[in-house]
Amino acid sequence: MSDLTRETLVINMGPQHPSTHGVLRLILDLEGEVIAGSEAVIGYLHTGFEKEMETRTYHQNIVFPPRIEYLATFIEEQAYVTAVEKLLGITPPKRAEVIRVVLAELSRIASHLVWLGTSAIDLNVSSVFMYCFRDREEVLDIFEMVSGQRMMHGYFRIGGLQWDLPDGFVERVRGFLDGFPGRIDEYEALLTDNLIWRQRTEGVAVLTPDDAIRYGCTGPILRGSGVDYDVRRAFPYGGYAEYEFDVPLGTRGDAFDRYRIRMEEMRQSRRIALQALQRLPGGPVMVDDRKVALPPRRELVRSMEAVIHQFKLVSEGIHPPAGEVYAAVESPRGEKGYYLVSDGSNRPVRVRVRAPSFSNLQVLPVLIFRRYVADVVVAIASIDIVLGDVDR
Amino acid sequence: MPDDPVAAVAGALGDSVLERVEFRGEVTLSVSAEHLLGALREAQAAGFIFLTDLTAIDRHPAEPRFEVVYLLTAPDARARLRVKVQVSGTDPRVPSATAVWPGANWLEREVFDLFGIRFDGHPDLRRILMPDEWEGHPLRKDFPLVEEPVQFLGHTPNVPSDIIPKTPPRQS
Repeated sequence: MSDLTRETLVINMGPQHPSTHGVLRLILDLEGEVIAGSEAVIGYLHTGFEKEMETRTYHQNIVFPPRIEYLATFIEEQAYVTAVEKLLGITPPKRAEVIRVVLAELSRIASHLVWLGTSAIDLNVSSVFMYCFRDREEVLDIFEMVSGQRMMHGYFRIGGLQWDLPDGFVERVRGFLDGFPGRIDEYEALLTDNLIWRQRTEGVAVLTPDDAIRYGCTGPILRGSGVDYDVRRAFPYGGYAEYEFDVPLGTRGDAFDRYRIRMEEMRQSRRIALQALQRLPGGPVMVDDRKVALPPRRELVRSMEAVIHQFKLVSEGIHPPAGEVYAAVESPRGEKGYYLVSDGSNRPVRVRVRAPSFSNLQVLPVLIFRRYVADVVVAIASIDIVLGDVDR
Repeated sequence: MPDDPVAAVAGALGDSVLERVEFRGEVTLSVSAEHLLGALREAQAAGFIFLTDLTAIDRHPAEPRFEVVYLLTAPDARARLRVKVQVSGTDPRVPSATAVWPGANWLEREVFDLFGIRFDGHPDLRRILMPDEWEGHPLRKDFPLVEEPVQFLGHTPNVPSDIIPKTPPRQS
């Protein structure tokens, strides 16, 4: 028996294991059931988005962000258009900003629900998965109502939004948000005081604050270790400085803390979305700048200038000034940033996607070192990676 | 903790800053490759504890061809700083930042994979996103963007459509 425990066994998890939340391959060195070393192998979902974006105009590139990270689609679009707007030096109208905040916070709720459901399935609580997807479906229906698409919306535009909200939007969102706290309470009742859930997550996949910072972790995994860094607070964008919300922090940095933080973040997202609905101003949803936004259709029959602007924007696109900017948003997984380099032409020289999942996944070997194989599943679930975001 | 960590870093680095650019409120400091690690340590001590991003830009056909870009974040002072180092196109090499931030490990592997820039002192410099047997570095400007050949009979790879051609910067 003693020989068995000393021998190192190399096994592969994935690339298609259900608990890897995508196409991730994990190489584990096992001593018995204890992990002596591990390596995450990524790239199975690499699609070359950054290269593609260099070859298209700024407006055409709006289609890519929600495909990079397909669980928090509006937050992705927000990250990209915020970066281009910073490059252009423009701010969208107030109404557009507030609508973006509502949709971004609903996206956060939808993304955390997917995380909760799939994590619960990893730990064999399959009923929670059904409930979470039921709620997420309601959010996606709202998205469809606004943009026509459940996921790959293309609704955010450089300088504003594609069109104004449909009738009945505010009531529908309120209807969802009113019933939402009761549902979170139900899920917490199923999990927080569940002995098996607690034993599987408490003290598992522990990350110290120092390691979290040195590895560049962001999002719930960083805040779970007690480091107070939320992009919405530290570098407010899109009017987030005007909203009241709490940033929940963990103390022990384990999987249970991350679970508690995400549950609380859903409640805070609801709080922000309700404040946004409360203050939703009237007015246009697109910036009034003919070098950025298409002229309204009714002007085209009256004004030659409008026709020229329309023609130039459609045939060439926007020409931002030469320079480089980095704009980040707080995605459900952490700091999502776009680094744009422009030479003044109608296409970016470089589009770099700062992916939170990439940095967060890198810390996985630290989380599972000297732990049991069963904890690997908990660790992966608690990081909440999206492989599309890791590989881009 | 200094009030303005960006100014503190720029001051501490003194003459080793080759160029200071400010655009839209973001400060970029260019340093030479031999001063890079010193500059990063200096920034880390000044409060820039996060290596938020590490990437590169290909300026082909200009020379020096590459720029390696380090984006640093100081969460307490709510400041960001970009540090740049220019690298020649022939045998591009930069010292590795893995000793300062272990999180630089994968980021540097990605830059090596997609740009072919080598990081001296990196513990494990291998491809990370592309297959191990891949030839070339896809994010280089001279790497063509064409459809990958597929192992099907009768399939001819297409060049992606070029509906909106690239137009030069406008004269204002």
